[in-house]
Amino acid sequence: MNLFADAFAWLLDPANWDGPDGIGVLLLQHLLITFGVVAIACGIGIPLGMIVGHTGRGREVVVALSGGLRALPSLGVLTLVALWLGIGVAGPAVALVVLAVPSVLAGTYSAIESVDRRTVDAARGMGMTERQIILGVETPIGLPTLIGGVRSAVLQVVATATLAAYVGAGGLGGILFLGLKTGDYTLMLAASILVIALALVLDGLFAILQRIVVPAGVRASRSGTTRGRPTRRPATTGSPAPAGSSATEGKHH
Amino acid sequence: MIEFRGVSKRFDDGTLAVADVDIVIPPHRTTVFVGSSGSGKTTLLRMINRMVDPTSGAVLIDGEDVAGVDPVRLRRGIGYVMQNSGLLPHRKVIDNVATVPLLRGTPKREARAHALELLDTVGLDRSLADRYPGQLSGGQQQRVGVARGLAVDPNILLMDEPFGAVDPIVRAELQQELLRLQRDLGKTVVFVTHDIDEAFLLGDQVIILKTGGEIVQSGSPAEILAHPADDFVSGFVGADRGKRELTVTEVDGRRVVVDADGRPAGVLTP
Repeated sequence: MNLFADAFAWLLDPANWDGPDGIGVLLLQHLLITFGVVAIACGIGIPLGMIVGHTGRGREVVVALSGGLRALPSLGVLTLVALWLGIGVAGPAVALVVLAVPSVLAGTYSAIESVDRRTVDAARGMGMTERQIILGVETPIGLPTLIGGVRSAVLQVVATATLAAYVGAGGLGGILFLGLKTGDYTLMLAASILVIALALVLDGLFAILQRIVVPAGVRASRSGTTRGRPTRRPATTGSPAPAGSSATEGKHH
Repeated sequence: MIEFRGVSKRFDDGTLAVADVDIVIPPHRTTVFVGSSGSGKTTLLRMINRMVDPTSGAVLIDGEDVAGVDPVRLRRGIGYVMQNSGLLPHRKVIDNVATVPLLRGTPKREARAHALELLDTVGLDRSLADRYPGQLSGGQQQRVGVARGLAVDPNILLMDEPFGAVDPIVRAELQQELLRLQRDLGKTVVFVTHDIDEAFLLGDQVIILKTGGEIVQSGSPAEILAHPADDFVSGFVGADRGKRELTVTEVDGRRVVVDADGRPAGVLTP
């Protein structure tokens, strides 16, 4: 337990937060890498997911591809790209984008696909163009699911971005690798705690965002249907037998 | 006027939905396609606004082949009312009604003002304008659907089983509303239903279709009742079960019309 106490003590020491190698700068770098990478992944995954979800074409390819990409070991890709592009932020960025795109892609196409086809048919029948259907109907209705995809991408990237420091790209991994090299477990633990806390905070923020973006009409119809139903719980059939019954049953045998 | 000339439709899976059909739909009248499921009635309707393109043959509106018209432009000029109302769940009632005018570039203020008037037209309270479709009853949603179909004041109104999903009382109400609207507006209405009573009530011209997309008989309800083309039509309209037969009996010097069960349907006037 001393290790934890030491780690928290290190984290709470203001001296460790300042300076060019302080927690403050590394945290900012970590966030910049994360959001930069997720932004690029969104730039690729969202349009592609919209087209796949809307047309239903290429669905199998996307499923297989995103499954395959997810199976790639991040550290391997990172090292490979770093060897190819050299030390710096490019290597980790490419590796992390490869990691993030499947989540964004899958979230987007299932968001688009989840919209009732009759609603889409109606929109088309009214004279909406395919583009207007995607942006004006499918995206707003499916937005919570789409954000869910971005959310899991953020979570994966914020955790894996720790590896960026391995090739000198900065971020909270810097503290971890420093601890690793010097055999300082307190530093390693402190860095891990930081990354975990950051991941939890970001995940919480996205959970809130996901709730906010539920279209008012969709929310209203949900509460509308519950209002219409009787508040009484429906009678359950085959309810579990009371605790004593099995004992009584035993006596009969 | 809408014309179907030798129209057939075979879907990708090989089913023949419509088989070599010729139809002339007169303007400012209600034409009803009636038939059981699989009779191609909805497919025929959707060919008018190019939601389905025929495999062969042509659909003409006022002499112009719709195949040559951009589908988006075509659809924005034709009212379309669907069974499940087809309202956009994330938009308010008023925005749903104003959707197509806004797509056509009508200024927002004008489109919304017109949408409010349309709520009056279809017998909905203006206080519902800011509700979402999910907060309305089935009957109200269908009225909104009709209002939306009328929003660009189209000459043609396509209605695909619009009253199929509401309860019988509301359905009867909506049918009467449609008759009233049609008396006032005189649109070219093309209506799809599987309910022969609804077809006879609403249709000036009724086209009976059977599985495989063949027309069995077309004509006014009276013509069809007077001379059912074959056993299929007799069965479909219920003539073979005596359902449509009325007889006249004398009661105190007046001639009373009674149905097959002996229940009075009315009194004959000289």
